[in-house]
Amino acid sequence: MSTNLETSSADCYPLSVPDYTPLDELRDLQLKRMQAVVTRAWQHVELFRSRMDERGLKPEDIRSLDDVKKLPFTQKSDLRDTYPFGLFASPMKDVVRLHASSGTTGKPIVVAYTQEDVDVWSSVLARALAGCGLRRGDIVQVAYGYGLFTGGLGAHYGAEALGATVVPASGGHADRQLMLMRDFGVTAMCCTPTYFLHLIDRAAELGIDMKKLPLRAGVFGAEPWTQSMREYIQKMSSIEAFDIYGLSEIIGPGVGCECRRHNGLHIFEDHFYPEIVDPETGEPLPDGTEGELVLTTLSKQAMPMIRYRTHDMTSILTGTCPCGRTLRRIDRIGRRSDDMLIIRGVNVFPSQIETALLETEGTLPHYQILLTRVSGLDQMEVQVEVTPQMFNDKIGALQELHQRLQGALDRVLGIRVRVSLVEAHTIERSEGKAKRVIDRRTS
Amino acid sequence: MKIQQISLFAENKPGHILAPMRLLSKEGIGIRSLYLADTQEYGILRMLVADCRKAVALLEANGYVAKVTEVVAVEVEDRPGGMTDVLEALDGSDINIDYMYAFPYVHGDEAILIFRFSDPDAAIERLQSAGINLVASEELLRK
Repeated sequence: MSTNLETSSADCYPLSVPDYTPLDELRDLQLKRMQAVVTRAWQHVELFRSRMDERGLKPEDIRSLDDVKKLPFTQKSDLRDTYPFGLFASPMKDVVRLHASSGTTGKPIVVAYTQEDVDVWSSVLARALAGCGLRRGDIVQVAYGYGLFTGGLGAHYGAEALGATVVPASGGHADRQLMLMRDFGVTAMCCTPTYFLHLIDRAAELGIDMKKLPLRAGVFGAEPWTQSMREYIQKMSSIEAFDIYGLSEIIGPGVGCECRRHNGLHIFEDHFYPEIVDPETGEPLPDGTEGELVLTTLSKQAMPMIRYRTHDMTSILTGTCPCGRTLRRIDRIGRRSDDMLIIRGVNVFPSQIETALLETEGTLPHYQILLTRVSGLDQMEVQVEVTPQMFNDKIGALQELHQRLQGALDRVLGIRVRVSLVEAHTIERSEGKAKRVIDRRTS
Repeated sequence: MKIQQISLFAENKPGHILAPMRLLSKEGIGIRSLYLADTQEYGILRMLVADCRKAVALLEANGYVAKVTEVVAVEVEDRPGGMTDVLEALDGSDINIDYMYAFPYVHGDEAILIFRFSDPDAAIERLQSAGINLVASEELLRK
């Protein structure tokens, strides 16, 4: 006898209708799309075809959603090994957009979109924003970086598809962000949660009362954050903070997002098929059990992804959400099953640092990555032990070494890091192996 | 006439000079002279000791990064213009002074200037032909 209006698709925002697709219809749609995407990948992508051939699999062997288990996994290394265009399933004349994210060896990972893909991406992001209560008439400031990174343009197109007014502020320049928020009457912010923490601090310094701004929602993603961080943000700024999830390899932001019930992130299952597997064995795990999220794109044209290993650890939540959406939910992403670090929304692998040190000095000194958070912004320090080969008796030569390392790391990682030269044997080693990452970011 | 100097990398933090000093003193290695070149984050400790080889072996065995550099010790009278004479002797050459430091000689009115030159052999030749007194290792490091 529920009278909650949210439980009926009839009253939802028009573009959100697919969120409420009856379950049997949704599963039918997923199967149809999965069969199509597997066929497409098998026909047009050498890597997928050869892997399926090895297992004696044909696209027609996918007869039920459960058959997804038979398909081989795709890894980030597959994108690297086929750099730049090896996984494209569309000819370049049909590709309207390329994005790229940092890779582990200096080469980025490239992703492609047809016009249809861009439209799907915009639609899922629009549905995500609608689920956060945003509507036509809202003024959405996008403070993700615009460019090769999918965050900026993804959120931009999504907010436009919703019919909102977009302020494409891009990243950085906190004072200007705050000025725009205040002067334009911005009602929603899209950025990383740590950047928003930084804006809160900066606003206080400038004497701007965040609580008095028209801002009422923040859609935060590109890095894991916690419930306590949400509570802090909401207390300091009087906004409602939402967690949005995505990754470039799948489409960018908009793979999943919280609704106003804030109990997990709804995956836009009509376009992305989620599974949870044991990160060690790759065996599928039942709903409710924590494991690694694996995603299959169901409608991607330019670059289908079959069972992509995200390395994000979460679980598929059981039960239905009171919002009425039939889309399954994943828990907040808390940790990763690999050693990838997310710093100010940028993906960093310790191995990238290793490569940079090795290439710059021809030797691999002991090093340690120290992560801290200063006024809401992640700071990364790389401590490098000075080896006899690197040491020089002249201060000028040491300063050159310092700058050389600094430059190499900045170039490879694409973010500003602080390099410190430290004495040999001062970085703690445990059982002969150095602990590479000390994470002192607390939220 | 070149003298072996030990250079040691040290972070610019409290206590970071004490530990290597303690090590040398425990082994009875005396330090004839010591000079610290520093930046805000780190520095180079430059030392002249009687038994350079032993000191380096000891430091390295204890995990320090130490380097032996050849420097030149010049004896000048401890009076105005003492330093100028040395520099005049080098003037007009391509020889660069990478760094230098000075300390008074305990035995008399002289001061000792320690130089690291870009080309120590050329510097020695020029200084000697200008009649400038260079100090040999044995003499300088004698007690």
